Amino acid sequence: MEYIKRNRIDKISAKISEEIVKDDLELIRACYQCGTCTGSCPSGRRTALRTRAVIRKALLGLDQVLDDPDIWLCSTCYTCFERCPRQVPVTDIIIKLRNLATQKGRILAPHKSLTHLLIDTGHGVPINDKKWNDLRESYDLDPVPPTVHKYPSAVKEVQTLVKSLGFDKLVEYKPPVNTNSKKDEKPEKKEEKATRKGRKSKIKK
Amino acid sequence: MHKNLSHEEITPPEYSFYLGCVIPNRYPFVEQATRNVLNELGVRLKDMQGASCCPAPGVFRSFDIPTWLAIGARNIAIAEENNADLVTMCNGCYGTLIDVDHQLKTDEKKRTFVNNHLVKIDKKFKGSIKVKHLAEVLYMDLGMDKIRDSVTRLLGGLKCAVHYGCHLTKPSAIRPWGGETEDPRFFDELVEVIGCESTDYKDKHMCCGAGGGVRSAIKEVSLDFTRHKLEMMREAGAECIVVMCPFCMLQLDLGQIEVNSIFKDEISAPFAIPVFYYTQLLGLAMGMHPNDLGLVKHHNLKGVPPFVDQEPILSRIFKELGYDYKQLQKQSVKTES
Repeated sequence: MEYIKRNRIDKISAKISEEIVKDDLELIRACYQCGTCTGSCPSGRRTALRTRAVIRKALLGLDQVLDDPDIWLCSTCYTCFERCPRQVPVTDIIIKLRNLATQKGRILAPHKSLTHLLIDTGHGVPINDKKWNDLRESYDLDPVPPTVHKYPSAVKEVQTLVKSLGFDKLVEYKPPVNTNSKKDEKPEKKEEKATRKGRKSKIKK
Repeated sequence: MHKNLSHEEITPPEYSFYLGCVIPNRYPFVEQATRNVLNELGVRLKDMQGASCCPAPGVFRSFDIPTWLAIGARNIAIAEENNADLVTMCNGCYGTLIDVDHQLKTDEKKRTFVNNHLVKIDKKFKGSIKVKHLAEVLYMDLGMDKIRDSVTRLLGGLKCAVHYGCHLTKPSAIRPWGGETEDPRFFDELVEVIGCESTDYKDKHMCCGAGGGVRSAIKEVSLDFTRHKLEMMREAGAECIVVMCPFCMLQLDLGQIEVNSIFKDEISAPFAIPVFYYTQLLGLAMGMHPNDLGLVKHHNLKGVPPFVDQEPILSRIFKELGYDYKQLQKQSVKTES
């Protein structure tokens, strides 16, 4: 039978599905693999994301589903969930899989920097240039909105929550070094750079 | 006092005004238009002091659901302290806040978990208010009759491609639209009542592509969604796009510049379809001044929204309404009376 190649699955387990069921998403077990989700998926129309396969791999406990970048291609539009004949919460399951992937350190680099922005400023899209204040003012608004941007204590509150939940560690957040200590460190950093450069050139030669 | 006046008629409706990130920090003219339009409709808005990112459902919920719940609950707690239902102008913020609110109201274990963290910042989730999208406030709380009565001039059959955005209607179980997700009509009705035509186009209810962290990490894929939507809108003859979500707005506005560049070999011609937030057009139909609706540029800043020039189509609409765009630009922004 060497003409027929089969993908053998050596080990199946409930470890992924149990994590999913724990989060009130037990309907994953109702999936009968009809593929309505895949057929409805706007991302799957243009990428390799196959939501049906994601659900199946999760049910089989295949770790590869967490390592596969496909789970990050879902735009969370919820069309799959709305159309699923079994009300399987496909989108929320993908979100949960992303949580598990993040715990394995599989968060994508641009996403990681977004989390650092949130922790630093309290906004996912902060005012990071004076032009945005000027733009607000040109539309007759207070240049600083009444959000975390106006209340430094509110940013502290967000940071307290983040620490309390261990989110800072999860996303490897390091607080920015304040300017005073930076000045002290400067010469040291320069030296470090120089040695690095030195090493590089040695390797090149 | 007149006997027939009910309590509701005397007390103006009041809401906690949740800004989110994209509107105050990138599309402030939407904030200006919405504040002024709601004020004109007799709604009182209470600012939510110190509110943060919702946090965004596609990104932050994807990394850690408990953190997402707790930061979301903090925002709702601010609205609870205001003692007024929360209204948001953004589908993403709506997606997060209504989901967090629903989960914490229905699941005592989760509520206790979140409150054990909130106590460290002297806050508490009580579950005492409702989370609403601006569309719900307009269509249901104020109601279509009130909107119709407030319209003083029609916008001349402007052909609008209405883009609902996903989280306005989905997941439908915790949305107020009666479970309709394949062909809802409320946004079309809101657009038609101001004298515009809601142009039917293929894949109207498809995602803009920005959500789920796709725009932030895999931009080309997200823009391929956008390219398709824009092609369908252009094919149907839309003169402009109307949205009620700033992230869809960003994707469909800045996205056109990006699509024109990265897909230049795949598209028949560059896109230049102006994008408006609904309240900007509603205010115009209500007889409000364009300078109060963020419709006229009063700055020379570079690299700021709107990225697709709105001036050609606005000049045409303004002419019919008796304004001149260039003249309006010379006037200073009117201060609120």
